[in-house]
Amino acid sequence: MSKRTIIPFGPQHPVLPEPIQLRLVMEEERVVEALPAVGYIHRGLEKLVEKKDYNQCVFLAERVCGICSFLHSVTYCQGLEEIMSVTIPDRARFLRLIWGEVHRVHSHLLWLGLLADSFGFENVFMHAWRCREMVLDLLERTAGHRVMLGVSCVGGVRRDISDEGLADILRTVDALQKEFDEFVPVVLNDYSIKQRTVGVGKLTKEQAAELGAVGPVARASGIARDFRETGYAAYGEVGFKIVTETAGDCYARMKVRCGEMYECLNMVRRAVAAMPAGAINVPVKGNPTGEVVARLEQPRGEVIYYLKGNGAKNLERMRIRTPTFANLAPLLAMLPGCELADVPVIVLSIDPCISCTER
Amino acid sequence: MSASSKSPWIVHYNCNSCNGCDIEFVACLTPMYDVERFGILHVGNPKHADILVVTGSVNHRDVRVLRNVYAQMPEPKVVVALGVCTSSGGIFADCYNIFGDVSKVIPVDVYVPACPPRPEAMIDGIVQALGILERKRAGEVMPSAAKPVLTLRPTAAAEAAPAAAQAAEQGNA
Repeated sequence: MSKRTIIPFGPQHPVLPEPIQLRLVMEEERVVEALPAVGYIHRGLEKLVEKKDYNQCVFLAERVCGICSFLHSVTYCQGLEEIMSVTIPDRARFLRLIWGEVHRVHSHLLWLGLLADSFGFENVFMHAWRCREMVLDLLERTAGHRVMLGVSCVGGVRRDISDEGLADILRTVDALQKEFDEFVPVVLNDYSIKQRTVGVGKLTKEQAAELGAVGPVARASGIARDFRETGYAAYGEVGFKIVTETAGDCYARMKVRCGEMYECLNMVRRAVAAMPAGAINVPVKGNPTGEVVARLEQPRGEVIYYLKGNGAKNLERMRIRTPTFANLAPLLAMLPGCELADVPVIVLSIDPCISCTER
Repeated sequence: MSASSKSPWIVHYNCNSCNGCDIEFVACLTPMYDVERFGILHVGNPKHADILVVTGSVNHRDVRVLRNVYAQMPEPKVVVALGVCTSSGGIFADCYNIFGDVSKVIPVDVYVPACPPRPEAMIDGIVQALGILERKRAGEVMPSAAKPVLTLRPTAAAEAAPAAAQAAEQGNA
C-alpha cells in the first residue's frame, strides 16, 4: 500500500460558492475516501419558528436558500395549508407552478454554469449565466425581485400576473427556447466536456436506491422518481414528462438537467394557456394545530418539511430535510477511485446547496 | 491611480449566508453586469486579492476561516460586506448560531445592505472600495464603515430601501 495523504478541499475553494470541507484521503492521485466536515453555514433557523409567527416564517423559509427560495416558501405554505385545511384558489396553484418552474430553469442554468466553471470551461459558464439573466429579469418583472420573490403566503400567493405579464412570460420562454436550442446541443456534444464528464463519478441504480438519492441524481441513475408526479399545485392538470438517463455519471446528470430545462419551458407554456381566472388567495384565520409532512420537488430533488403547531401563532417545530442532504451520501460513494482533478466536477454534479443543507 | 485599483482582484468568502448574496455576486461577473470590463477579477487565492467580499452573518465555526482568509491577503486590503446579514444578522438575527456581525471579526470598509442587494449596488460598493484602497495605499488610516441604518419606509433620500425591511413590514401586516 502506498502512502496516504489527506488533502483538504474547502471550506474556501475557488469552485465552491459555499463553504463545505471534504477531507480527501489520497493514494497518489486517486481519492480513497472523502470525509465531509460541515457546520460552516449552520444558522439554526429552524429554532426561529418559536420566535416569529407562522406568517412571518414564510419569509424565513424563503431564506433557507437563495437559489430555490420560492420553492422553499411554497413547501412551507403547502404544509400549513394542509394543517389548517385551507383550499387555495386555482389561479394561485397555477401561479405557484409558473414561478416554481421558472425558478427551476434559473437554478439549472446556474448549475450548468458552475459545473462548466469547475472544469474551466469559462465560455459555457458565461453563456449559461447570460441566459439566466433573462430568467431573473422575468422574475423581477412578474414578482418584483430577482431572487427572493416574496410572493408566497399561507392561503395562496400575494401577487397576480396580469395578461400582459403572461404574454411577457410566453415571449421570454420562446426566447429562452431559442437560446437553449443554440447552446445546449453544443454543450452536450462538446468533445472536451465529454472527456471530463463521461464515466466520471458513476452511481449505479442500486447504489442510488440504497443511498436514497433524490432529484436529478436519482433520475440520472435510472430511477424515475419525481415528486411532481403526485400532482401537487397544478402539476396534475398541466402534466409533465420525467427525464431520465441510465448511465449514472456526471454526463448523465448533465443531460437530465438539460432535458428538464426544456420540460420546464413546456410546462410554463401549458400552464399559461390553461390559466384559470379568479382570486389569488383566500383569507386564513386562526392558528395551526397539528402536524404535517410537506413534500415538494425542488430543482435539486425532493424537499421535506415537518411542521408542528399547537394552536399558538408560533409553530412548535419546523424540520427541513433538503435534497442536498439526501444527495451527500451518494456523493461520498461517487468520489472514491476518482482522480483529484475530477473532485470539483463530481461535487458540482450533484448541484450541492450547502445553505439549504445546514440551514 | 495605481494598477491594483484599476484592476482589483477579489476573493469571496461565504460566511453563513443563505446563498442569495453569493449568487448575485457571481452574477456580477457574468455578461449582463460584467465587472471584468473594469479589470475586476474573481480569484480563489486570498494571497492574490486586494478586496475581500464577505456575505452572511458569520457563525462560530466560520470565524477562524474568515480571520485566516483576511490575514493571508497582502496590505493594503479592503473588506466589502454584502447583504444585511453582515451588519445585523438580518432575518437570522435571533438565531442561536449567529455571530451576528462581520465587524466583530474583521474590520469592514463598505457595507452594501439589502436582502440580497442588486448587482448594481454590489458593483457600487466595490467601486467605493477602490477609493478606500487607493487612500490606504497612500498611507491614510481609514475608519471602519458605519453600519447601515434600517429604513422601514423608503424616502426620497433613501430610495434603495432594503428588501428585507419591506418583507418584514409586509410580513407583519
